[in-house]
Amino acid sequence: MSTQSNAMPESPVESQVIAPAVISATRRMYWSVRRELWENRSIYIAPLAVAALILFGFLISTIHLPDKMRAALALDPAKQHELIEQPYSFAALLIMGTTFIVAVFYCLDALHGERRDRSILFWKSLPVSDLTTVLSKASIPLVVLPLLTFAITVVTQWIMLLLSTVVLLMSGVSVATLWTHLPLFQMWLMLLYHLLAIHALWYAPIFGWLLLVSGWARRAAFLWAALPLLAIGVVEKIAFNTSHFAAMLGHRLSGGPEGVGFTAGSMSMDPLTQLTPGQFLISPGLWVGLAVTAAFLAVAVRLRRYQGPI
Amino acid sequence: MACIGARGLRKAFGTTIALDGVDLHVEEGRIVGLIGPNGAGKTTALNAIIGLTQYQGELKVLGRDPWTARDQLMRDVCFIADVAVLPRWIRVSQALDYVAGVHPRFDRAKAEGFLAKTSIRRASKVRELSKGMVAQLHLALVMAIDAKLLVLDEPTLGLDILYRKQFYDSLLNDYFDRSRTIVVTTHQVEEVQHVLTDLMFINRGCIVFDCSMEEFESRYLEVMVHPEHIDAARALKPIHERQGLGRSILLFDDVDRNQLAALGEVRTPSIADLFVAVMGNQAGQAQGAAR
Repeated sequence: MSTQSNAMPESPVESQVIAPAVISATRRMYWSVRRELWENRSIYIAPLAVAALILFGFLISTIHLPDKMRAALALDPAKQHELIEQPYSFAALLIMGTTFIVAVFYCLDALHGERRDRSILFWKSLPVSDLTTVLSKASIPLVVLPLLTFAITVVTQWIMLLLSTVVLLMSGVSVATLWTHLPLFQMWLMLLYHLLAIHALWYAPIFGWLLLVSGWARRAAFLWAALPLLAIGVVEKIAFNTSHFAAMLGHRLSGGPEGVGFTAGSMSMDPLTQLTPGQFLISPGLWVGLAVTAAFLAVAVRLRRYQGPI
Repeated sequence: MACIGARGLRKAFGTTIALDGVDLHVEEGRIVGLIGPNGAGKTTALNAIIGLTQYQGELKVLGRDPWTARDQLMRDVCFIADVAVLPRWIRVSQALDYVAGVHPRFDRAKAEGFLAKTSIRRASKVRELSKGMVAQLHLALVMAIDAKLLVLDEPTLGLDILYRKQFYDSLLNDYFDRSRTIVVTTHQVEEVQHVLTDLMFINRGCIVFDCSMEEFESRYLEVMVHPEHIDAARALKPIHERQGLGRSILLFDDVDRNQLAALGEVRTPSIADLFVAVMGNQAGQAQGAAR
């Protein structure tokens, strides 16, 4: 504003009169993310709906809860633990699965929808760079959804515990077993770690790839995202009779080094020992994945500059 | 400094040449009408100016290169690239919030003021508004931005005559002042004739005609020639001749008004008539050239 407006006749006076408020990059980012939430309400409606369903189902199941608790008392502690914890882990898994699916479909539409409905012509008329736009869209699966999943799961599990406690108290069964065998804080810590390590960092290249495809494909973004990967695997198999690419994809999707421990080991007596953040942070898979993500996003930014409405 | 300066602007889509060396110069404070037939390169030229398309050649808008610095340029430039490009899911209040959130020169109170004159409700979604109301909303957003350059590409396409008239009236009365520049393309040339200060015709990727409206009014005269004077009139080399109401209407470039008055009724031609004459002559000159 300063250099070029001063060069213009008459405008120095004007630019002093109307000193435009400077809008920081953070503020533009904030509004761009809010914009995404306005447009894609499924980001929070879908996990909330699933949470409501879980609570509804759980409420019905509390009819048998006193009997279940009495039966559990007869079991050995490890079994007790498993039995009590199971619905809580299941709820977390269900909400997590939902937000993952939401994230995939969000990414596939993020840079495609605005071109399809021509609204890109409106967004581009505002002083928001393509970089800010792409980063705000990438922040939905990488930041917003993991944190939202965490918050919704915590509240859901807390309500579940509250419901159980009330039901048990009313039926005169001791709540001590329930409370001692439900390490909620530990579970929440693990959940948060899992969401940040796997869903945000480890899965980042998947979301980066989906965003890239949504910025490039003119139609059928889902096919364009999936078929090339399939084709690479098939060509590799035919040409070299190997399946390194497929193995790599499988490794990525299964959650890598941390994911195996989390899903297969489920929730054993001391799950916190399964967490190896140090090992995760030095694993080359993580950093290669993040570098690939950065490359994918850079291409998506470039694509957004070149692409117009379709 | 010129608001827009272009030299040798070229753009090709495959083998189709959309811009074939456009030289363009727009001074601050003008309202320029860019008129041309379909496929002449109007939209491509405007898209290059607002950083939506890449180009070859030299182009500076407010001293910036629009392709590489679109986001900075958009602090001082505003555009309506097409009718109904506002996202259909957005609420009117959200649109106001968002533009206020990202645009340093947006005056929310002003936008609210414009909207108060319409029947648009704050809680409505764009998909619930009529096409005319969407255009009103977009114009309200754009007029509340204190921009130096406003680019309008067919901003009233498909709107009924009331909305079209209102659109240009509010643009002139509530928005335009001598420090702003507006570039507009439209097919409804007769509606912008009284609005423009400058006129440009574009055809096959080139600017084929460029003059100010004052020059236009003093240079070009249209005469409804009395049948007995037709030969004398034709001797003055009209640039175009057509028939209307049983009389010959001849268009002259730079011929003395008094001389013409002797031949029939003299009046200022419409932009449309001049456009037809210039484009007709172009076609004549480029006989056989592929369109």
